[in-house]
Amino acid sequence: MQIRTPEFKESARIALHDVGLQKALGNVKNGFPGKRAAAMARLPEFDALRDQARDVKNHVIAHLDLYLEQFEAKVLENGGHVHWCRTSEDARQTILKICREQNARTVTKGKSMVTEEINLNEFLEQNGIQPIETDLGEYIIQLRGEHPSHIIAPAIHLNLEDVADTFHAHHHTPRSVDPKVLMQEARERLREKFAAADVGITGANFLVAETGSSIIVTNEGNGDLTQILPNTHIVVTSIEKVVPTLEDMTLFLRLLARSATGQECSVYNTLSTGGRRPGDQDGPENFHVVLVDNGRSDMVGNDFQDMLRCIRCAACMNHCPVYGAVGGHSYGWVYPGPMGSVLTPQMIGIEQGALLPNASTFCGKCESVCPVHIPLPKLMRHWREKEFEKHLTPRTARWGLGGWAFMARRPALYRKFSALSNAALRLMAGKKGYIRKIPMVGAWTDWRDMPAPSGKTFMQQWQEKQRSGH
Amino acid sequence: MNETIINQTTAKAPVVGLFVTCLADLYRPEIAFATVKLLELAGCKVEVPEQQTCCGQPAFNSGDRQTTADIARQTIEAFDGFEYIVAPSGSCIGMLHHYPELFERNDPWFERAMSLKSRAFEITQFLVDVIDFTAIESRFSGHVTYHDSCAGLRELGVKQQPRTLLQQLPGVKLTELVDSEVCCGFGGTFCVKYPDISNRMVSDKSTNIANTGADTLLGGDLGCLLNMAGKLKREGIRVDVRHVVELLADMTSQPPLASSSYDLATKV
Ligand code: SF4
Repeated sequence: MQIRTPEFKESARIALHDVGLQKALGNVKNGFPGKRAAAMARLPEFDALRDQARDVKNHVIAHLDLYLEQFEAKVLENGGHVHWCRTSEDARQTILKICREQNARTVTKGKSMVTEEINLNEFLEQNGIQPIETDLGEYIIQLRGEHPSHIIAPAIHLNLEDVADTFHAHHHTPRSVDPKVLMQEARERLREKFAAADVGITGANFLVAETGSSIIVTNEGNGDLTQILPNTHIVVTSIEKVVPTLEDMTLFLRLLARSATGQECSVYNTLSTGGRRPGDQDGPENFHVVLVDNGRSDMVGNDFQDMLRCIRCAACMNHCPVYGAVGGHSYGWVYPGPMGSVLTPQMIGIEQGALLPNASTFCGKCESVCPVHIPLPKLMRHWREKEFEKHLTPRTARWGLGGWAFMARRPALYRKFSALSNAALRLMAGKKGYIRKIPMVGAWTDWRDMPAPSGKTFMQQWQEKQRSGH
Repeated sequence: MNETIINQTTAKAPVVGLFVTCLADLYRPEIAFATVKLLELAGCKVEVPEQQTCCGQPAFNSGDRQTTADIARQTIEAFDGFEYIVAPSGSCIGMLHHYPELFERNDPWFERAMSLKSRAFEITQFLVDVIDFTAIESRFSGHVTYHDSCAGLRELGVKQQPRTLLQQLPGVKLTELVDSEVCCGFGGTFCVKYPDISNRMVSDKSTNIANTGADTLLGGDLGCLLNMAGKLKREGIRVDVRHVVELLADMTSQPPLASSSYDLATKV
């Protein structure tokens, strides 16, 4: 996937003027947060579960190697295979090799952000293998040649009309805006694909170390068909998904569904523990787990370790006013919203990713809803520190900050400068009480007026009062 | 009042260092004066340390830890010896609460930063939670709405305190703002780094404010208030914008933010 993160500002500007997108984004704001809040209210121990989940994740991260090895041992015991992939390229080659061994021509896919991260679809296509997305949202955007704009609702940037147009163009059917008709169309087409697929690829929401199981949660059941029908099932996932026990997994499932969609539980919770065993009615002969690192092990012990707790529930972006204004595609890479603003610089480098951790008011809403208490603003601030240390901060901002910092460390001088600025602002305002345009501060005054100071600075007035003995 | 009582009160009066905040200093001294008045009414002795400037948040949020630490040390020294540090801003007090993060645990400044943190409060929080003073009197009457600024709300837990105090004022009718807890788009330097996004956020906020039908918007953080007042003014929405302490201290003779004498003349 092409990295367009450096164009964030321009993309955001376009997004803000995209009427259709804005309408679609309204569905995020008006849908998810209310549902999450209602689900939380129905579960009084929700907050206690969050604390517990944070602690379990911290424990796992501290012993990541042990749990991953335990997971691997169990998968092998169950007759499966585990592939350790340090980079995206390793992962792609590994997956291609497995597909080639199966002479695979078509591959069905369940929803997986890690396969987006490693740019799998494009790679498979280049190698003559057709990947078919089976999640409805993913299916729609695949037809449109787009990437997900949200980690759990990939086509959330679209309206019904867009889907109607897309299906009409690609299915050559009469245009319909009836969701039932559209769903049926997709179902019919996907059914053929499920049956014909040689390999099924899914992600994993969690990996269970004690049993060697992987689990996916979906609301459509497409994941089940993807992994059960073909002869080979490849789970493509990342190393931080491992949890110690099935019981721990259920703790996370309770938090995940509620934080994501406000459901008590997702509709399909499907565990895979190895391939088909003698006597099994169905299931794939071959079971592979591709464990992608892609920079994650570097995060253990660095400033961004907390991010490894993320369970990809999307609550942070559902509640983010910046995401809500500009949508997921503006972020220019795989992961949008606050979690993306922390992860993206780790994966593509701060040089290319710096605009994302800066695109936050630090309002703190994301942290307040995160089910595993990831301090997202703090982590974004850490990226700004890296940016500053590497002298990547734009020059005007650096100079402005430098000048201000010089005075902020010299109270007497600062006092004088405040008094001067105060007088200048009052002069500009004249009798009006506000200023319509201030040179150099167009970023403010293009959009809003600048209220004028109501009088001399407090410090001036206070000193005058002290001198006159009140 | 006879002498002994005066002596007793002064003996017991908590000594509060006022953290003026750079924005109140520059734009709206009334906010700081109102804070002083409220603290004195509550029986505190208020002093304004000379060595204070800004809390350092612009540097902190720009990733400049060195400068932030310098400013933190300066602020810690300025407020040494005060029982309490109070500011009319959740954002600046929130910043003071971040100071310990700037120092290693074995650095003596870490302890001093922790001490400052334990003594630093936002004004409404201080009045309600710390010294339990709610005997507010104000002649103000009007229909108000309230924006919960993010830092105060989520870093300090300021939500009920200003409402508790406003309830003491019989002339005040409060209509809650839809999405009162959603950021107004100010975000310090964010509003100039990402002006288009900030504008969208403050536009949404203005619409919600206008929809309340209130004639006064209140809040506890001047940064956000400047942003919202500037936007309301630009859009021609006639809502007075004030810091909540102006009402609580009965100091509303000054025109509201961004309003001109012309506005006042046409309103009368
Ligand atoms: S950062 Fe937290 S809220 Fe955001 S997706 Fe991850 S777990 Fe969910």
